[in-house]
Amino acid sequence: MDASIRLTVDGTEHVLDVDTRTTLLDALRERLGVTSAKKGCDHGQCGSCTVLLDGRRHLTCLALAVAYDGSEVVTASGLADGEDLHPVQQAFLDHDGYQCGYCTPGQVCSVVGMLDEVKQGHASHVTEDLEAEPDLTDDEIRERLSGNLCRCGAYRGILAATRQAATS
Amino acid sequence: MTADPVQHTPTPIRVRSVGTRLERVDGLEKVTGRAGYAVEHGADDGFDGALVAWLVTSTVARGRVTSVDTAAAAAHDGVVAVLDHTSAPRLADTDDGELAILQDPQVHFRGQVVALVLAETAESAREAASLVEVSYDVEEHEAELTEEAATYRPDSVNPAFDTDSDTGDVDAALAEAAVVVDEEYRTPHEHNNPMEPHATTAVWRSDGDGEVLDLVDSTQAVHGVASTLAPMLGLEQDQVRVRAPYVGGGFGSKGQPHAHVVAAALAARHVSPRPVRLAVTRQQMFALTGYRTATISRMRLGADADGRLTAIEHRVFEQSSKVKEFAEQTAVPTRMLYAAPNRRTSHRLAMLDVAVPSWMRAPGEMPGVFAHEVAMDELAQACGLDPVELRLRNEPDVDPETGNPWNNRRLPECLHRGAERFGWAGRPAEARATLEGDWWVGTGMAAATYPAYRQGGNAARVTALDGGRYAVAIGAVDIGTGARTVLTQIAADALEVGTDAVDLEVGDTRLPSASVAGGSSGTASWGSTIVAAAQAFRERHGDDPGAGAEVLAEAADDPLGTDVAFHSFGAVFAEARVHRRTGEVRVPRLFGVYSVGRVVNPVTAHSQLVGGLVMGLSAALFEESWRDARFGHVVTQDLASYHVAAHADVRDVDAEWLEESDDAFSPMGARGIGEIGIVGTAAAVVNAAHHATGVRVRSLPVTADHFLGGR
Ligand code: FES
Ligand code: FES
Repeated sequence: MDASIRLTVDGTEHVLDVDTRTTLLDALRERLGVTSAKKGCDHGQCGSCTVLLDGRRHLTCLALAVAYDGSEVVTASGLADGEDLHPVQQAFLDHDGYQCGYCTPGQVCSVVGMLDEVKQGHASHVTEDLEAEPDLTDDEIRERLSGNLCRCGAYRGILAATRQAATS
Repeated sequence: MTADPVQHTPTPIRVRSVGTRLERVDGLEKVTGRAGYAVEHGADDGFDGALVAWLVTSTVARGRVTSVDTAAAAAHDGVVAVLDHTSAPRLADTDDGELAILQDPQVHFRGQVVALVLAETAESAREAASLVEVSYDVEEHEAELTEEAATYRPDSVNPAFDTDSDTGDVDAALAEAAVVVDEEYRTPHEHNNPMEPHATTAVWRSDGDGEVLDLVDSTQAVHGVASTLAPMLGLEQDQVRVRAPYVGGGFGSKGQPHAHVVAAALAARHVSPRPVRLAVTRQQMFALTGYRTATISRMRLGADADGRLTAIEHRVFEQSSKVKEFAEQTAVPTRMLYAAPNRRTSHRLAMLDVAVPSWMRAPGEMPGVFAHEVAMDELAQACGLDPVELRLRNEPDVDPETGNPWNNRRLPECLHRGAERFGWAGRPAEARATLEGDWWVGTGMAAATYPAYRQGGNAARVTALDGGRYAVAIGAVDIGTGARTVLTQIAADALEVGTDAVDLEVGDTRLPSASVAGGSSGTASWGSTIVAAAQAFRERHGDDPGAGAEVLAEAADDPLGTDVAFHSFGAVFAEARVHRRTGEVRVPRLFGVYSVGRVVNPVTAHSQLVGGLVMGLSAALFEESWRDARFGHVVTQDLASYHVAAHADVRDVDAEWLEESDDAFSPMGARGIGEIGIVGTAAAVVNAAHHATGVRVRSLPVTADHFLGGR
């Protein structure tokens, strides 16, 4: 069964027919040719498919496209303006927070979304004081980014990049 | 391609960019996600209107397919074709049991490809694949590795080492030894699990020039894929084009083509000229794309009272697949790591009805050095010696088994430097001596080693462009190692120009032939060839060439000979904390010091070495592919049950290297760095956990349950 939905992706509006079985990730990759969001597991277990969905970080492989009619998606590609990078992306370059690059667009979106969550006062599993403003320690960063696996093991660089982006 | 390649012997280059930090040249593409991986190519690359292929895999471990009922699948909306062993195009060569899929009804392991569906969309293909009804004549299977079952003696072990070795009289030496360690060590099946699943885009075109199979593949070796596939498909090698512009990690599992690449090629032939996209699912990867076999190591070490080894014996029992042999060279590093007059190693395999094992980062060294280095820790304990001192006492003057001189063995410097930087001194001699809050705290170390390889079969082309720029081309693949960046630096220095004057092209069989990104051989093999081409170019065309001047060159015969032992070395130090009530293990600090020749790019090298340490940590604490021998498959076949280190698991992990240049090995002075980081790391963690708790773990991973018995 097909359904017609409207999606804004990286600033461009699309009206498209999707199979009701189509995930948001496949709508991006297969239908719209937007391959910045990666497919590492298709099961919500790796974070490669992370985008900003209506402003919040989201796993697109676990979302059915038909349920997101009218939504706005920003991928890592859309975070940059051409060659003008988002500060988080620049920080990944500065600290070599990647190797093969496959987890990277998801990591970048995850960091952007996470920093916003911190700004809004969201606690994490390792936050001691749930009432206070969260203090973005290294432990907090590691915990909050643990939904994005990196098999190249670039976590050290990702941590440094996140610190830089958080303080600049 | 131009004329036949010239042979040129590269000479050491004057380094300018080499050795300095250069940001990855493909960084922008990666951080934006614009880099195009294997199934991210469409009309712009000649793959318009691709069909989606979905694999159907066997649900029994051994037997014969008696029928494949494709009716429901074929009737599913959007399905274009369903192929099985009766309908798939025939292969010209079926010798490779792993790759010769869909040719006969035999099932060799659970998870083997038995059919595939081609459909207009992924949703249709996937659902239709679930509608294919496969019936089997089931036969008894064997899928359990035991020492008793491992009786088969392979002719050689990967890639071409002797199966066994025997020097002196090990039994007599052990009988007389003051101290003996006699223990068994085990490592589990492990899966490479690169973040990009194996995937291929394929189109089979036939036009005026004949047939051409055009692939974009997630591979570590484009020429390797073409040379393997061409004869199977009855094509000449130049009729198979393979590109790999971006590869989302491989760790050995993309070093050789696996069955899905053949599936994509057969599917593309069937629907020619329509392209096909085939992505292996994460779950399917556990049966189809290689893994590290489980190993059982029987170690016997004999030493005098001062800890000087008199005998080393390492007998290995591991498994392979009946359908294709792969013999992990687990005991090979034991042949060269320490001195001892009496030494023996052996490898025996259990040939099982299981998926085909293959390369995973440091095959042989990773499980073998784990066993040896935990045994050494036990020996240090038995002799009352500091573990670092024990290694220093057993330094061999020459390669112990061949008697060849070392080219550049600097393990002692790595040990000293590592101990100093880590803060090893002052550690309690006794285990289970430090309790901080609820945590037992300890430190451990291990040595690391990896052979230095340079592969033949490489060629590179240098072409002068306008404005003092140069195009440099070689069919190498950057799987995340930084090859694009370091080869740019090497080319720039060899041509004596800036890195921004070099346009490097890699990842395409239309470029000069290149060896695999494997065995930590890429930088040395490709780099030496680029240096040869650049130097030949300057000899022929001078410093001010006209645009279009060109040289295609091969590095002349490998000058390395076999009478010098070329290896890299390292020392890994770890701190472990074990919770006294739950047994939870954490590793707050992990530090490696390496001797790897000249480091071409400190940025990418640091990430490679740290990445290896992280994968070693992951193996130490988490990784285990759990096979249910009753059914023959790996049960933990996704990333929720096959755990790899996540961000919060990785604390302070760091690596350094000795400043050096190995000019005898390559004209850049570089050896390889891709694998050594994983070697010894799990042993260091296990040894640290022992120092923390007094509990000796002899199998990976080091899970909490080990610490909960008895104490
Ligand atoms: S692809 Fe979505 S979490 Fe892995
Ligand atoms: S950069 Fe390769 S998986 Fe993260």
